[in-house]
Amino acid sequence: MSSEAEARTKEPVVRLRGVSKEFPGVLAVDGVDLEILPGEVHALAGENGAGKSTLMKILSQVERPNAGEVEISGEPVEFRGPGHAQRLGVAMVYQEFALAPHLSVAENLFLGREPTSVGFINRRAEKEKAAELLGRVGLDVDPGRLVSSLTVAEQQRVEIAKALAIEAKIVIMDEPTATLAEKETEELFEVIRDLSSRGISILYISHHLDEIFRIADRVTVMRDGKVVETKPTSELDEEELVNLMVGRQVGNLYPKPEVEVGEVLLRAGGITREGVLRNCSFEVRSGEILGFAGLVGAGRTELARAVFGADPIDSGRVELDGRELQIGSPQAAIDAGIGYLTEDRKGAGLALQLGVDQNITLANVPTKAGFLDLGAEQRTAEDRSEQLDIQTPTTKRKVQLLSGGNQQKVVVAKWLEARARVLFFDEPSRGIDVGAKAEMFGLIGELAKEGRGIVLISSYLPELLNMCDRVVVLRGGEVVGGLNREEFSEERIVALATGVEEAA
Amino acid sequence: MSTAGASERIPGALRERLSDAVSQLAAAGALIVVFVLLAIVSPDFLTANNLFNIGVQAAVTAVIGVGMTLVIITAGIDLSVGSVAALAGIIGVSSMVSLGFPPFLAILVGVLTGVATGLINGFLVSVANLNPFIATLGMLSAARGLTFVSSEGQAVFATEESFRLFGQGEIASIPVPIIALVLVAVAGHIVLTRTRLGRYAYAIGSNREAARLSGIPVRRYVGLVYVISGALAGLGGMIAASRVFSGQPNYGTGLELDVIAAVVIGGASLFGGQGTIVGTLIGAFLIALIRNGSVLLDVNLFYQQIIIGVVIWLAVYWDQFRRRRIAASSG
Repeated sequence: MSSEAEARTKEPVVRLRGVSKEFPGVLAVDGVDLEILPGEVHALAGENGAGKSTLMKILSQVERPNAGEVEISGEPVEFRGPGHAQRLGVAMVYQEFALAPHLSVAENLFLGREPTSVGFINRRAEKEKAAELLGRVGLDVDPGRLVSSLTVAEQQRVEIAKALAIEAKIVIMDEPTATLAEKETEELFEVIRDLSSRGISILYISHHLDEIFRIADRVTVMRDGKVVETKPTSELDEEELVNLMVGRQVGNLYPKPEVEVGEVLLRAGGITREGVLRNCSFEVRSGEILGFAGLVGAGRTELARAVFGADPIDSGRVELDGRELQIGSPQAAIDAGIGYLTEDRKGAGLALQLGVDQNITLANVPTKAGFLDLGAEQRTAEDRSEQLDIQTPTTKRKVQLLSGGNQQKVVVAKWLEARARVLFFDEPSRGIDVGAKAEMFGLIGELAKEGRGIVLISSYLPELLNMCDRVVVLRGGEVVGGLNREEFSEERIVALATGVEEAA
Repeated sequence: MSTAGASERIPGALRERLSDAVSQLAAAGALIVVFVLLAIVSPDFLTANNLFNIGVQAAVTAVIGVGMTLVIITAGIDLSVGSVAALAGIIGVSSMVSLGFPPFLAILVGVLTGVATGLINGFLVSVANLNPFIATLGMLSAARGLTFVSSEGQAVFATEESFRLFGQGEIASIPVPIIALVLVAVAGHIVLTRTRLGRYAYAIGSNREAARLSGIPVRRYVGLVYVISGALAGLGGMIAASRVFSGQPNYGTGLELDVIAAVVIGGASLFGGQGTIVGTLIGAFLIALIRNGSVLLDVNLFYQQIIIGVVIWLAVYWDQFRRRRIAASSG
């Protein structure tokens, strides 16, 4: 990181003046002024819908602003589309990577700018340059490998190398740690610091406030399309930042209720899936919130999916209330009273084009004499919407148009409607607002209070430490340990998850 | 995702509902415009005879379109319907000729022929996991081949006079194919809006994985829609066979394209999750009107095809346009 004083004397890389963007009926970005200095790590914070994405799209020229000026290195820019933005030195690392999986790393790095000699692609030059770029982002893979064979973290590194390939002056990163494990996040931060020391600016968007404080020099907070504040992170603390984002005081983020833990509801024993899970056992009691901790790829999601019957297993038993279940299909698990809220809400949890009502009844459609009972469906949807405080003008609204927090509640409503007694929440706070997060954890607490058994999968340790009664830690597809609430500490979980300190 | 305040959400909701209706209104509007234009320019157009004729022409496309709508809603496609209609015609009429089946049984045989091909399509798509385009493209070829093999390339002429009733008869002076269409369409509409099958079809097309994880037996329902599509292709084939009182091995070449066009003009999305029976009917009638009008106005047959192509472009362009607007307004 270049020193602040030094940075201040330089011309900003990006300067926005009075930038606005209006969509039919919504002023997504409203008169924004923003300056990003060379070599600065500048965080953009705000709830969903605050206008962060639109602002990024304006910078990367995916969207054209209705008003205002954008300058890059002091020059006013014309809007000609994403290719033009790249030529001006604006690179974007998307949350869902924009790589071609069937092409090699090298081919992806130079897509559209292939080095040629006499009109043909010079594959050797391509590979050599690629190797050099990969070195700069600390990625040790063969440039000839297909992108589809890389891990998510490696693909992200390729995206960043791509930004270097176009000699970006500013790299925009949208939730870059969303799919990374703790260790990978550390490595990413190393890369970011390195870029910044070379004078490349980073615009960093994240819902994880702790990351903002760890990596960013300054933070700009947006709310309702406007910039509320731009400040050095050293002059803020987490609570102040949350209040700026939400515009009001937020109470306890993790309202864990006092619940008497009861009988064992779900017992999974010896769950094994060749190459993925090995002899995993755990149990969940009524009223209990059990956490699954571990690195990304440790098998947490896989274990939940196996118990739920979403993926086939090679051996293992699942008992509910002491009765053995025939596992192997989601139908059987649902009938027995298990629900699974997927990590990827849009990809696997919701039928986005269907209404709130139809999603709520998806796992248990009311019927009468063989026909759908639409009246009962509507009542159900209205009752659940009220119970869970789902914000929607009508229960007929397509869930596509709801906010992340409300979408999440629709999925919860679906499982309540399916009478689930054991609920797996896989990364439930991903992609939802700070305010909605507190509400979601409140809801999880309520469900436990009603005597349900909850399994909470999270990559964010504070969530587990605050919400859970007990945590089991997975590593490499195995359950490597369990901790009760009294024994909780971030260090112990990390030690178990990484296997660094076996003796602890 | 938008987290606009409650006050901003309501117009959004209204807009998206209107917009859903508008997409069908657009197709319906086009239908009315073409109808009125033809009524003005051609004196022969607005006669009961001609109108029934259009209905009968639209009937086969629309009957098969009902099944196709279901398939397309699940994000699938059935390219084999034209070949299956021909195969059903040959097998159905043959059962009358060589086994002495009465016409109603022969029609049933035709429908069951369609069911059989649908079972194979359904198996290939849902169990063997072939892409629907490929699975039914194979059936398009195989069924046509089977049609020629079983008829030795010759038309099979029906023997029972009463078989004519199905395609050419009238009940209360309404042509039977139109009555068949109404029955199929009403049943299709009820299935789509009031049964699990319909609900699950939309859910599967909208998000197959979410549907599976909600405990919906996805494979069974996906298989089922191809069986229904096959059955209705068989039924359509029998209507067509009755109209010419024979099974024709060349019948229905390219018919699948008309049927898909009707469904898509009616607002269904090839990506699944969207489509209605009413829309498909509008699409089928629009195509029939254009064909009929071209004949009345003595427009070259080749131009008809150009017009239909342009109508497909416009309909789908309109649909995408309005969808982008919904997406944009939700941020």
